[in-house]
Formats: sequence, structure tokens, C-alpha cells
Amino acid sequence: MNPVNYLYLSALLFTIGATGVLIRRNAIVVFMCIELMLNACNLAFVTFSRMHGNLDGQVIAFFTMVVAAAEVVVGLAIIVSLFRSRHSASVDDASLMKL
Amino acid sequence: MSASAVHSLWTTAATAADPIAKIDAPKIEYGQLSPTLIVVCAAIIGVLIEAFVPRKSRYLAQVFLSAVALCAAFAAVVALAADGYGTTKAHIAAMGAIAVDGPSLFLQGTILLAGLVGLFTFAERRLDPEAHGNRVDSFAAQAASVPGSDSEKAAVKAGFTTTEVFPLLLFAVAGMLVFPSANDLLTLFVALEVFSLPLYLLCALARRKRLMSQEAAVKYFLLGAFASAFTLFGIALLYGYAGSVSYARIAQVVDGTVTNVDPALADTMGNDALLLVGGAMIVMGLLFKVSAVPFHMWTPDVYQGAPTPVTGFMAAATKVAAFGALLRLLYVVLPGLRWDWRPVMWAVAIVTMLGGAIVAITQTDIKRLLAYSSIAHAGFILAGVIATSKDGVSSVLFYLAAYSFVTLGAFAVVTLVRDAGGEATHLSKWAGLGRRSPLVAAVFAVFLLAFAGIPLTSGFAGKFAVFKAAAEGGAAPLVVIGVISSAVAAFFYIRVIVLMFFSEPRPEGPTVAVPSPLTMTAIGLGVVVTLVLGVAPQYFLDLANQAGVFVR
Repeated sequence: MNPVNYLYLSALLFTIGATGVLIRRNAIVVFMCIELMLNACNLAFVTFSRMHGNLDGQVIAFFTMVVAAAEVVVGLAIIVSLFRSRHSASVDDASLMKL
Repeated sequence: MSASAVHSLWTTAATAADPIAKIDAPKIEYGQLSPTLIVVCAAIIGVLIEAFVPRKSRYLAQVFLSAVALCAAFAAVVALAADGYGTTKAHIAAMGAIAVDGPSLFLQGTILLAGLVGLFTFAERRLDPEAHGNRVDSFAAQAASVPGSDSEKAAVKAGFTTTEVFPLLLFAVAGMLVFPSANDLLTLFVALEVFSLPLYLLCALARRKRLMSQEAAVKYFLLGAFASAFTLFGIALLYGYAGSVSYARIAQVVDGTVTNVDPALADTMGNDALLLVGGAMIVMGLLFKVSAVPFHMWTPDVYQGAPTPVTGFMAAATKVAAFGALLRLLYVVLPGLRWDWRPVMWAVAIVTMLGGAIVAITQTDIKRLLAYSSIAHAGFILAGVIATSKDGVSSVLFYLAAYSFVTLGAFAVVTLVRDAGGEATHLSKWAGLGRRSPLVAAVFAVFLLAFAGIPLTSGFAGKFAVFKAAAEGGAAPLVVIGVISSAVAAFFYIRVIVLMFFSEPRPEGPTVAVPSPLTMTAIGLGVVVTLVLGVAPQYFLDLANQAGVFVR
């Protein structure tokens, strides 16, 4: 199968993730959409790695996974602390600092 | 490359006689990486201190460790620069991952000093009134407790403090040290996350106004993660274009000077969409970090909600690190594309300068006002980036050094002006401050004049250098717009000065806390650097000029 198809899939997943970040209102869902974007990047890395025949892309995919895991730890800590003090994880409710 | 040949990458290695012996051990120049390594080691020791040292002695241990580590790392940077690594011995270390050259050493020195001054403001414990006989700093007693709950009151009563902020600061500094010196895209991305994640956490840790602080952290985190996902996809596309993440290799492929082109590379090299979209997405992520319009939406909210010492550190050091990375990316990786990126950066610089200056006029909160002013300054620095000359690099380096000390000092002054609710950040409360506390108001006026770029302050020297480089680089219209927006910006800086000195103090106005020597040092250093760089900038301009060449 032509590897370029995986690039189209990766671009599609990235777009779905980016759209989700823009239109969803729950901070957890927004965060999941960001994770989807990161995984779309991984798919692109692995596909390019296969096309070029070197392993850089696959190694980067591992780094991305580790970074994504660290991001989950930090992100969930922040979102949970927000949820506990407001009983809502909606990004629309967090608007104390509007001009 | 055929499918079977690619597949053999992972099958033949296992059947080879002694596959392990064929892997060359990487050669790491520990001495040249020592500034980063010192800071990372200290951060890890800081985590261990949190685990093993009794609560009472953690604060002193952490502050001492962090100060020693930052000073030692700065000494290491100076030693490397004195050894000629900034000029003649500049080279690429750590198997192509890190560039040790003039710009990276200059920016690392700036970041370390900003980190040290930031540390002083982090460690300040005399501004808030004592809680249950314990001195408290700007950070929440226990970040996990719900604001206003019994568990929070218990934590305050027990005298808990979040001393984790010091290792977090060190981790952020470590990431920032790597960021401008990263010489491949993977290192760039990892450094970006290493300095961003601690900053997201630090934003959430304010002692007062905790809901706002948590909100700022959520906004910063979600938007920051969104931007870094774009950066990562850009990296993936550039990797696909060039078949490598090394800056030198990508630059060769972009210039078309690459040798030994295999069929796969020939195929992707012909696809300019990969290069243009990929480059644009990476630059977008970096412009987010420097808070350039239209990627600036997070800046006012995060600067306002974060604890003020964190805001000061973040405003100064993040900008230095991110502009360093942006310069290296545009000057080392994508110079072959400059006819494509220059018009875009022109547009970004213009809207950033004008947008930041004009929106700042309507602000009523001093921290938001400084946030919009930092956006406008990002535009001025971008004018220097666009120059694409050696003068452009050195003027940006000088501007960043000058700007970071003014910012740290200004936010340190903001921590002093307080009322019953903590810091009095609303501008109306600053009315008549010059009558109550002439010294504090005068110091703040110096910082505002430096932001405005009045002669005899560092802001003027920096702006002059940047605009001169931009004009010589063929961006004269940009300089005109820069001067216009400086004039607009000067209006609201002067307005604050007039408010402080020429209006009646309000009876229920704020008080000015007397800080410990830590914050005094931070503010004093800010004033001294502002005036020295303003009155006698030549030595530092020469220093930046010597440091203005990137290694390839």
C-alpha cells in the first residue's frame, strides 16, 4: 500500500483534533483532542520514517509519547484542580479575567 | 528505497554477527553542556530535597541550592565564552543536538541571570502578613486543596509552603537553556516541553486569587499544548521533506546543495508544500511562545492570573529563549526560504507592534497592561529578526538582555503595592502612589520609561539597535511603523507615571510593603542594568556583536 495514504490519514486525524479543540467546551475533551493531534503527528513521523528508510522518525515517535505522557500528568493535575474548585470543567465558565 | 530494503532495517540487524558492537557510542562534550547539566542536576536534587528533608528546613535548602546552581551555571557560561566557544571555537556538540556558539552562550547567560533574579522574587517571604506566625511567600500553602476550603485553612495553619516551586523553576530554566541552542528539531521540541510544563504548573500556584490563578494555568496549558501540537506536526512535515531533523541537513536540502540524494528524498524534496507548511507550523509554535499577534490571546490572561513573581520570570525568560530558537530556526535552517518567510514576518511584526500598543491603552489592570506592553515589545524584537543580518542577531540579543531586566524589575515592583486582598493591581489604586512612596513610584517610573524607550534607559539603546538593523536590512517601512507604535505605547506608560505622581492619593489606597533584601536586590539590579545599558551601552553592544554569529 502506498505510504502516502497514511499521511492523508494523519492530516485528517490532526484536523479532527484541531477542530475538536476549537469547538468542544469541556476541558478534558479539549485535552483529548490535543492528544489526538499528537498521535496524528506520530503517525506522520512513522510514515515518513518508512518512506525515507531511516529510523529517526520512529525514535521521535517514542519521544512524543513520553512528552505526551508528561503533558497528561501536568494537564490533568491542572484541570482537576480547576474542576474541584468550580465543580465544572467547562472552558466557557473560566472567564474571570475577561476585559 | 524498495519495500524489502526498508523492511531489512529491522530484520537483518538481528541476524548480523554482533549487532551491538557496531553501534558507536555517542560522544558527549560534558564540559560544553555543563550550564544545562548543572541546572538539571540541581533540579533533580531539589526534587529529592522535597522527598527527604524535613518541612521546616526545605525552604532554606531549596533557595540555597537553586541560587548556587544558577550562579555555578552562569560561571560555566562565562568560562565557556572566555574560552572562545562563543566566537572561534563555536561548534556543534552532543552528536549534533546542541550548538555551542555566540548566540546560545549569550542567551544562556541572560536566561540564567533572569532565573536568578526570578528566584529572588520567588523566595520573597515578607510581603504578605504572617499567617499563624509563619512567614509566607506568593505561592499557595497546598496547591491540591480547594480554595476557601477547610483543608486549605488547615494547610495555612500548619505552615505548609509549596517549596516545589524552586525545582520547577530550575527545570524551566534548564529547558530554556537548551531551547535557543537546540540544533535539531527533536531537541527543540523536547526543550519546548521541558520549559513549558513547569511554567503551566507555576501559573496555578498563587496564594491569593487562586481561582484566577487556576484559570490562567488552564488557559495557558490548553493553548500551549495546542501550539506545541502544531509545532510537532510542523516538525513531522519538515522531517518528511528533508529525511532528517538535523538543522544543517535540512538547510542543505532547502538550499538544494545536498549530495547523495536517494529516490525517496528526491521524491519528498520536490514537494514544496511539505517544506512551506512544515516551516510555517514550527514558526507558529515559536510565535505563540513569544506572544506575537495573532498568537497572543493567552498572554494577558496568563500574565494577570499567574503569581506575579512567576509572571515576571516567565515574561523575561520565555521571551529570551523563544526568540533565540526563532532566530536560529530562521537564520540556520530556513535562510534559503527567506523570500517566503520575510513578508509573513513583516505582517506579523506590524500587527504585533500596533496591536499590542493600541490595546494596552484600554487596560485598567497593571499586570494586563504590562502583558500588552510585552506583546508590543515582541513586535519590536521581530523587526530585528527580519533584518536577516549579523546586526539583526546582535541587536535582538542586546534587546532581549535589556528587556528581561526591565520586565523582572517592573513585576517585582508590582508585588510591593498591596491592599487587604493581596496585590493591588487595578490602576485606579495606583493613583497618588508617588506621594505616599516616592521611591517605589520613582523606580517604577524608571522601568516604564525604559519600556517606552526614552533615552538614557536600556529601552532606548535596545530599540535604536533593533530599528537600525531593520532599516539597514531593507525594512524601513517597518521602522516607521515601529516608531509610531512606540509613540502610542509611550502614551500609556506616561499616563501611569502621571497617575502616580500628579493625582491625589485615595484614602483607602494600597500600602507599599517593605520587602526583604531579596526583592530589593531584584529591583535594584533591574534599575542598575536599565541605567547602565542606557547610559553606556557600547560594551554590551560589542559583546552582543561578538556573539552574533550562528554556527552551522
